[in-house]
Amino acid sequence: MMRVQLTVNGERHEVEVEPRLLLVHLLRDVLRLTGTHIGCDTTHCGACTVLLEDRPVKSCTVFAVQANGKRLMTVEGLERNGTLHPIQEGFVQEHGLQCGYCTPGMMMTSYAFLKRTPNPSEDEIRHAISGNLCRCTGYVNIVKAVQYAAARLQEGGA
Amino acid sequence: MIPAAFEYHAPASLADAVKLLGQHGDEAKILSGGQSLIPLMKLRLATPRHVVDINGIAGLDYLKEEDGVLRIGALVREADLEDSEFIRARYPLLHDTSRVVADPLVRNLATVCGNLAHADPANDHPAAMLALGAEVVATGPRGERRIAITSFFTGPFATALRGDEVLTEVRVPVPLPRSGGAYLKLERKVGDFATAAVAVQVALDPAGTCVHAGVGLTNAGTVPIKARRAEGFLRGKPLDDATVRRAGELAAEEADPVDDVRGSAAYKRDLVRVLTARALRLAAGRAGAGR
Repeated sequence: MMRVQLTVNGERHEVEVEPRLLLVHLLRDVLRLTGTHIGCDTTHCGACTVLLEDRPVKSCTVFAVQANGKRLMTVEGLERNGTLHPIQEGFVQEHGLQCGYCTPGMMMTSYAFLKRTPNPSEDEIRHAISGNLCRCTGYVNIVKAVQYAAARLQEGGA
Repeated sequence: MIPAAFEYHAPASLADAVKLLGQHGDEAKILSGGQSLIPLMKLRLATPRHVVDINGIAGLDYLKEEDGVLRIGALVREADLEDSEFIRARYPLLHDTSRVVADPLVRNLATVCGNLAHADPANDHPAAMLALGAEVVATGPRGERRIAITSFFTGPFATALRGDEVLTEVRVPVPLPRSGGAYLKLERKVGDFATAAVAVQVALDPAGTCVHAGVGLTNAGTVPIKARRAEGFLRGKPLDDATVRRAGELAAEEADPVDDVRGSAAYKRDLVRVLTARALRLAAGRAGAGR
């Protein structure tokens, strides 16, 4: 077992883990942050996307021990004091989800993308979310949700 | 899917990493981006007893031109190439390649050096580095040695690296004046391996004659292929339509694909022909545009 210290959504945690424990299992099973989903479990779908030091990564393809000393953000970190983040608001307003399974990963990727690209084109949005699979929406409303969030953030929404 | 149990090591220096490899030999694997290794471990196709994580070693994430060479350190991520305006302008072949490796999330962790060290013939950077005439640096107990990329890939998933060596750098010669490159990949969907892909790098003289040509093929055989006959044919010729088409035919003859779920061998061979010609036109245009 190994001792791992990490910060998730601003909160510090110290846990003992087996080296083979995947980050997604640490988040869901140990820290009980079940907003992060497990989809394909084979590095394809992006449902398990979280931010590791501000970069979106697939938490099914990172060992928990690799997060030692690192800063993470999960979908639970988007909402502040009962107020949805503009990216969450965008998915609600633009109907950016149907079954909702891909949504946490989709939102984490979009959140990180808009930090770097505040005023994106549709092509840039589609390129950015190309590692996150959605089997319901056809992506059209997801793109609109990201555009909604971009506009809200530009006008100082969060 | 849960990987088999292993012992985790996070050395703080390259010397310690090399020492660990020396101690554990075939039972150890290097973890850099982990985007090939961890999926293989989850499928238990790889069951290393020791994992040596090099991400905590300082000073391996450099990406810089120095003494006529672009030096890419072991911890440079694919996303670092994709995001670099300098790479886009000066090494368009590398920029094209970094944009089609797996998907954007994988590219945030996956490293260029890992893409080479893993030596999957379906990986994208091997063909690019063959076209660019790169070298890799292997660091072992007796220091560094350089290996030409043409002698690096010794078989499927096999390289010239010794068991106690870490691939610490890839070195790409600075392009000649009036150079251009391109990487064209057909994939069924984002994140898939190439059905086939072609990397080309050319340099032209002021009259437009090709003075240097590199052509690399992805997933067109059991190892990444350097299409030497196509390269030789291109040198000394203007890159007109007939020349470009003929080079595509030669590259297709040098390809050695197999039938699989992505297509028949005949289809993939034809794909190499078409993609080579298209990549050459794109690269020649970029060379002419002063890239």
